[in-house]
Amino acid sequence: MIEVKNLEKKYFINTPNELRALDNINLKIEDGEFVALVGASGSGKSTFMNIVGALDRPTSGEYLIDGVPVHSMTQNELSDIRGKKIGFIFQSFNLMGRSNALKNVELPMLYAGITAKERTKRAKELLELVEMGDRVHHLPNELSGGQKQRVAIARSLVNDPSIILADEPTGALDSKTGDIVMNIFKKVHKEKKKTILIITHSIEVAQMTQRIITIRDGRILSDVPNTPIS
Amino acid sequence: MFFKENMVLALESLRSNKMRAFLTMLGIIIGIASVIAIISVGDSLSSSITTEMQSIGTNNIRIMVREKDNKFGNPRNRMNNPGSMLSSGASAEDKDLITIEMLEAFQERFKDQVAAISLNESRGTGQVKDERLYANVTVSGVNPGYISVNNVELINGRFINDRDTAGRKSVAVVSDKLVKNIFGSSINPIGQEIKLYETSGIKTYIVVGVYKYTDSDSFFGASSTSEKDAQTSIYIPITLAKQDTTIKNYSSAIIMSKTNVDTDKFTKDIEEYFSKYYETNPKWEVSVINMASQIETASSMLSSVSLAITIIAAISLLVGGIGVMNIMLVSVTERTREIGTRKALGAKNFHIRMQFITEAMIIALVGGLIGLVLGLLLGTLGSNLLGAAPSFSLPTIVLTVAFSMAIGVFFGYYPASKAAQLDPIDALRYE
Repeated sequence: MIEVKNLEKKYFINTPNELRALDNINLKIEDGEFVALVGASGSGKSTFMNIVGALDRPTSGEYLIDGVPVHSMTQNELSDIRGKKIGFIFQSFNLMGRSNALKNVELPMLYAGITAKERTKRAKELLELVEMGDRVHHLPNELSGGQKQRVAIARSLVNDPSIILADEPTGALDSKTGDIVMNIFKKVHKEKKKTILIITHSIEVAQMTQRIITIRDGRILSDVPNTPIS
Repeated sequence: MFFKENMVLALESLRSNKMRAFLTMLGIIIGIASVIAIISVGDSLSSSITTEMQSIGTNNIRIMVREKDNKFGNPRNRMNNPGSMLSSGASAEDKDLITIEMLEAFQERFKDQVAAISLNESRGTGQVKDERLYANVTVSGVNPGYISVNNVELINGRFINDRDTAGRKSVAVVSDKLVKNIFGSSINPIGQEIKLYETSGIKTYIVVGVYKYTDSDSFFGASSTSEKDAQTSIYIPITLAKQDTTIKNYSSAIIMSKTNVDTDKFTKDIEEYFSKYYETNPKWEVSVINMASQIETASSMLSSVSLAITIIAAISLLVGGIGVMNIMLVSVTERTREIGTRKALGAKNFHIRMQFITEAMIIALVGGLIGLVLGLLLGTLGSNLLGAAPSFSLPTIVLTVAFSMAIGVFFGYYPASKAAQLDPIDALRYE
């Protein structure tokens, strides 16, 4: 479960062009929820994602993952949180070009200090889950965009995180492969009971989730449940 | 272990940029190769110098008559003698040379210091023949002191003695090799006659002694001619060798000091002693050199040359290290997004720093290893060219490898820290 209380993020503090990127955000996402965060560019959704992803610290307010306060952590502690509690999925996949699919999936476990044998076992299992079991030894440049994103989804799951954070996961894909990737998300949600937060500006993508949060000018505009179209 | 993963990553990164990695390594390759080559050539040279020194004997002092250096001479002298500037080809006359009487007087004066005086008159090459049997020789006229100064090992009979020189007796000391060629193994050569054919004529000698032939005896002949044809020295009384020549006195002699004598001081004494004979001589003087100081000079020259090249190698390593740093900075910039991703996936600053330091270390280490192999090859080649046996020391090799790794760590640290301190958000956004 993640919880955000009175979250504020300001840039250029105490200068004439002070910018309030996030303004008094309050939010709670329960375990196993499948949520979309929608907003136009400049709405503050990237800033929000950076804080939720433990890449950045808020100016004020609280952020808790499973009840643990993250907002006051040191850089090293944040690294740990990123590695173990958060699974990142990027628009441009961000796979290691020189490593094969298996090694890419193993990477977060390496930083988490998991043994080589366990790493390989878990990575293979998750590649099977995302239907990439037959591409284990392929390099990223031998994979299509949809396949790369599936490897990235497997990678995000390896340390059994509390939340999967997907930033425009279908943004670099055509609609057909985008649908395949979204179906993988649904499968992960259903089979692994994972909390998934998808940041997107696409209404179609948002329609596939169970809850849609809209953000504008650094504030939550709406937060509504949604019946996913399947 | 994490280190192993970093090694794999580093090697993968090298493999994907082979040319760039090689060019980066070049400075380190050149630096390490030259250090290794110089050390091994220097080691083998100095060990061969030491061997030579022991064979010549450190307590041998050479005295030589040489032309006075006109540059520092009396200017009036030069004007009186305009030809003297060009007179380097002139030969000294008997009156300018060292006489037997001078040497005897010297030996009497310094009898506590002098162990032996060696005189040697080379008469060139010849052949000892007995019908179809033959042996090639170089003929040397020697005095009795020659044997102890030059470490001739007598295995049969006796060496040339005072009575031989005084009486100009036709006796000879020959090598065991010559004995084998002429007499075979069944006849005792002592007392036998041999016929020596020289350009000046044929003479008969009686063999009085046999010495053990060693390779160094015929330095140049040994490898190029067959075993049987190799030249060995035949020693005859020096007075006999001088009989047909116009010059009766000696242009050089080797004085062997007794073992407990301070050679450097004794060298000065000798110089002083003989100089008095030459004070009034307008053209000639004596020069006294002790072998130990000569070898010392050669060694110190060698070590200063080594030092110079070592400094150049050190500069090359420095440049190589800067090259590594430069390429690592490029690599960090190129891989900003990768670094951002790694951080998002849980990498701590420490992990990123280690990754890049390992990569820099691997570049330097691979360069160091290539340099090491190249240096060993060059060292062997150089030693062979100089005629010394190549010598390699394991500590040097280990030290070199360790040093190249250290260069990698030192010059990789700054780029690696830069990478480690990247802000993950900025790094992820980097295009």
